Amino acid sequence: LPPQFHNLQELRQSPSLATKVFIQRDYSEGTVCRFQTKFPSELGSRIERMLFEDTVKTLNTYYAEAEKVGGQSYMEGCLACATAYFIFLCMETRYEKVLKKISGYIQEQNEKIYAPRGLLLTDPVERGMRVIEVSVFEDRGSSGSSPSSNVSSGISQR
Amino acid sequence: MSAVMMTRKVRKWEKLPGKNTFCCDGRVMMARQKGVFYLTLFLIVGTCSLFFAFECPYLAIHLSPAIPVFAILLFFFVMAMLLRTSFSDPGVLPRALPEEATFIEMEIEATNGNVPAGQRPPPRIRNVQINGQIVKLKYCYTCKIFRPPRASHCSICDNCVDRFDHHCPWVGNCVGKRNYRYFYLFTLSLSLLTIYIFTFNIVHVVMRSVNSGFVKTLQDTPGTVLEVLVCFFTLWSVVGLTGFHTYLISLNQTTNEDIKGSWSGKNRVQNPYSHKNIINNCCEVLCGPAYPSVLDRRGLMRDDLPVPTSAAEPATNSNPVPQTTKTTAPLIPNEHTPDDAKPSIADSANAHAEKISPSPREEKLPSLPKSSPTPTKVPPLASPETDAEASFIAKDKAL
Repeated sequence: LPPQFHNLQELRQSPSLATKVFIQRDYSEGTVCRFQTKFPSELGSRIERMLFEDTVKTLNTYYAEAEKVGGQSYMEGCLACATAYFIFLCMETRYEKVLKKISGYIQEQNEKIYAPRGLLLTDPVERGMRVIEVSVFEDRGSSGSSPSSNVSSGISQR
Repeated sequence: MSAVMMTRKVRKWEKLPGKNTFCCDGRVMMARQKGVFYLTLFLIVGTCSLFFAFECPYLAIHLSPAIPVFAILLFFFVMAMLLRTSFSDPGVLPRALPEEATFIEMEIEATNGNVPAGQRPPPRIRNVQINGQIVKLKYCYTCKIFRPPRASHCSICDNCVDRFDHHCPWVGNCVGKRNYRYFYLFTLSLSLLTIYIFTFNIVHVVMRSVNSGFVKTLQDTPGTVLEVLVCFFTLWSVVGLTGFHTYLISLNQTTNEDIKGSWSGKNRVQNPYSHKNIINNCCEVLCGPAYPSVLDRRGLMRDDLPVPTSAAEPATNSNPVPQTTKTTAPLIPNEHTPDDAKPSIADSANAHAEKISPSPREEKLPSLPKSSPTPTKVPPLASPETDAEASFIAKDKAL
């Protein structure tokens, strides 16, 4: 059955949010920002495993690039310290630049892959870098609501 | 009585939970009590003013004009570091929105399974493996999240802070991931400034005494006495503190972890975050990336104000607006986690020598009778067990 949603605009205005799935952080390598690539069961029928894992792995690569302690971060740190950190008033930090790239990447992924499947990714930075929030919308194309969703009365959005 | 919803645009900082004060339309973020911070400012500015007024003219002429120039540079650096530490977001973790909180609750219920009636449910702990060591993540009842490793809840500011070091009343803010290096540079530069002023006070008094005599020198420059007093007491505390934090940085530890003894003792885990190399540890803490704030303070959001009138016209929010008002548990009123150990600057220098035991655990509420979870009802919360060891003992007794 064809999915009901074709673009991001429709999704954002739709009131038929079924559930939200939260991808947790992966702390196995320390406190660096990394998300678990384990495929959540609630998304089983909605999206291919490979696509989803690719998205999370790419995000993890971006965050690793942002948090890399190496030559460039030393340069940035020393230069900033020498100017008593006033340089941050006019210059964007490397982390902020990467966050912008991530925001663009998530937007692109939503438009191309997730919205046509009735899903929506929220940028982790809007959730305190704690989780990747995946909003699962009701698939009007299929009969009835999806069986794997746990619908709670508090969840539905205005 | 029907109501018309009036929406006005507000900045997100106006709706943030927690006990912070904000200035400059959300650009500045501090703790509520700022009295000690004003004292710090007064002491630094006051002492330096006296130095520039009394010592510098004499020393510039008789020794070198470089002396006041360097003093001014150092003074500006100290002030810049102090203001950066005090005004920036220490790394506050935003609270979980209702959906996320519910999701976590469901996960906890699924993990714990069925608890027989009358028994206390097991504590909310999540075990993660970090660099081969098992670390326990505690659940924060106020913020409704499992705290990331090294995060802790500051009861003074009522926020979970990432890589929480301590709450410092002298700077009027928490010290955490985002402002730790500014705090360290502040203490370091203040130590240098104090030593600098103290040294040149002595030099100045000695030089003047050779010409005019000791008593007359003190009468000519009364400011010197004040300066020497302030510097003498500041030296011991600030230099000691700088030394303590240098030690912590070399081991990649926080004050909070040091006081709780997280990584010391025979049966405890070794510090999984340390690179086992002093240079690497220092580089990570001081030269690591500048983390951005995840607390969107200046973002705009719509605030719905009900205005009672006869006509009814509900406001339509086409875009989902994140609700940042206090999230409360469905059945139990919002409760605060017991104090984590939060030493002031004066304590932290001494605390290294002694281990302060965690604050006493408080029994909040008796566990409610558990109803079988249905899709439409959220399961009731149980009483919090905040200390992992006590929770293990309770679990053993429950079994």
